[in-house]
Amino acid sequence: MRALSLSRWLRGAARARSTGPGRARPAPGPSQKVTVDVLDHLEHLALVDFRDSEGVERLQKAIQFADQLHEVNTDGVEPMDSVLEDRCLYLREDDVTEGNCTKELLKNAREKVEEYFVAPPGNIPLPKLEERETYLQSS
Amino acid sequence: MAAAVRGCGGVWRRVWQRGAGGLAPRGQRAAAGSARGAAVPAGKSGPAPWVPVVGLEIHAQISSNSKLFSGSQVQFAAPPNSVVSFFDASLPGTLPVINRRCVEAAVMTGLALNCSINKRSLFDRKHYFYADLPAGYQITQQRVPIAVNGSLSYSLCTDNKMSQMVTKTVRIKQIQLEQDSGKSLHDDTRSQTLVDLNRAGVGLMEVVMEPDMCCGEEAAAAVRELQLILQTLGSSHAVMAEGQLRVDANVSVHHPGEPYGVRTEVKNINSIRFLAKAVDYEIQRQIEELENGGTILNETRAFDSKLGCTVPMRDKEGKQDYRFMPEPNLPPLILYDAKSLPANMSHQQVVNIDWIHERLPDLPSVKRAKLVEQYGILPEHSFTLLNEDGLTEFFENVVKQTQMKPKKVIGWILNDLLSYLNQHSLTVKESPVSSSILADLLNLLEKKEISSTAAKQVLVELWKGEGKTPLEIVKEKKLELIQDQGALEQICQAVIDGQENEVMAIKAGNHKVLNKLIGLVQRKTQGRSNPVLVKQLLEKKLLE
Repeated sequence: MRALSLSRWLRGAARARSTGPGRARPAPGPSQKVTVDVLDHLEHLALVDFRDSEGVERLQKAIQFADQLHEVNTDGVEPMDSVLEDRCLYLREDDVTEGNCTKELLKNAREKVEEYFVAPPGNIPLPKLEERETYLQSS
Repeated sequence: MAAAVRGCGGVWRRVWQRGAGGLAPRGQRAAAGSARGAAVPAGKSGPAPWVPVVGLEIHAQISSNSKLFSGSQVQFAAPPNSVVSFFDASLPGTLPVINRRCVEAAVMTGLALNCSINKRSLFDRKHYFYADLPAGYQITQQRVPIAVNGSLSYSLCTDNKMSQMVTKTVRIKQIQLEQDSGKSLHDDTRSQTLVDLNRAGVGLMEVVMEPDMCCGEEAAAAVRELQLILQTLGSSHAVMAEGQLRVDANVSVHHPGEPYGVRTEVKNINSIRFLAKAVDYEIQRQIEELENGGTILNETRAFDSKLGCTVPMRDKEGKQDYRFMPEPNLPPLILYDAKSLPANMSHQQVVNIDWIHERLPDLPSVKRAKLVEQYGILPEHSFTLLNEDGLTEFFENVVKQTQMKPKKVIGWILNDLLSYLNQHSLTVKESPVSSSILADLLNLLEKKEISSTAAKQVLVELWKGEGKTPLEIVKEKKLELIQDQGALEQICQAVIDGQENEVMAIKAGNHKVLNKLIGLVQRKTQGRSNPVLVKQLLEKKLLE
């Protein structure tokens, strides 16, 4: 299976070479920065904290690194979203084989109440950019 | 619960108008922008009519022993966190393994709803943060679901009397397999949420309906029919009270000919009755808001069943970005049919769509048609029979054990038995009167041993469930019809002798007075005379 996937990648690359030097998109240069809006959006969605300029810079570099993918022409190539695409999805029989491990699961809980996990109330969305203390405010 | 409900004025989209005493749905027939014109009452230049648009998203819990991607048990009301596997709790190092039964349930449901089954479907991750979603994402089928493009037919009554039924269809956009989340119990006093993961990972079928409906009654009827179908297939028990069937309604209004309005999503609907109320309330609220110059926000609202209204939900923050991505741990789900059956695969690994199709049970619409054909009952009767759990069986058992024609039996089932059950909030299974007892009673009636009034009296006694047979009650209360013709003749003669004036009137040609004499005989016999026979005897005596 691995050999098959590898050969497919090679075929894809070969196709890219054979159809000419066309690049799908120019990779954004270091001048194209990620905007504060996008960073704020990411902080909301992923609940990460970019913390300081070094963190944001690291993100920029990561994006640049990933943008190298654009150098390959993928016109007419179907995207592969899993190396498992040629495998069969294994179907399990409908039998009860797990569970009954309340004690073990609750061992991981910082707080518990009568065999329930305890979490903060409801969903607390990250406050808006203006209202929270974050590095992003100054940038 | 009404078996089939009053509908929105037949085939045309229902049109809502502000009436004199506030908002009320009018059964007027006006299509959006049709040549007939909008339904504005003659002589009034009132506000333009509104067209409500209702779409439903239904989540049905799959009836299976274990969960969709793990081997922990599916069990309602189990002790907290007792039927949770490491995968359900999203502990690192665990992987999803799909349950074959859940796949079959989704295929069955897709076929019953006339969908195209996608032989290759994919799984995706839908990301959002919530305490009862330990992984931070839900595994669902966003790109290519298991079934698409189906339809659901349901019936409504066009008038109050339930005598004319209209069939409507709602398109099914898709059916997808996805995981259920755990349950959160909010403890506001201690400012915390308690999380129980028993439900996390249970298999769900999400049925997405196109916005083809226009009022609460249509939505309720469609959901009721879907519920019956799921229960017939066995793919879901679909009991709303136990959370096995959850409905979210998307509601908007617009003027005929204009684009669709902003829609709101209504959640927290716990019964089919509340679904109709919630949808109708939301339609009214939107119309009032817009007519007062306000705007509708694209928000999520919760239905408050106590107040009968919808309120904005606190927890939702505008439009969510779920950052869908393919589920990397699951290859595509491949289904086969008779033609594409792979030669070298174990049967256990193959789901054959054609095999499942051949084994589908009779759907409710087919069952109803068969009842009408076999027993000569009316279509609306068949609806009521199927709507009450166990009633069809009861009816068929009575028919088997009695000489009375099914067309007459159905009256006793629907008018007498069912009304008693409803009055005392009993299910058919809990009925103190069994099908054989009722059959015995109907036999007595059919053999003309008792009158129909007497039969109803016996039923009242039987309802007490004291174990007496109909015959015993008849004897006890002396309800038998007098069989001795001679004795009856004597009573008739006695009545004739005592009513000189009436006799003269009858002999003079006024035959209607005969009824008074029949009534008197009935009274003398304490209701134990057969009125037809009495009439014959009196006529014989007076008119020959």
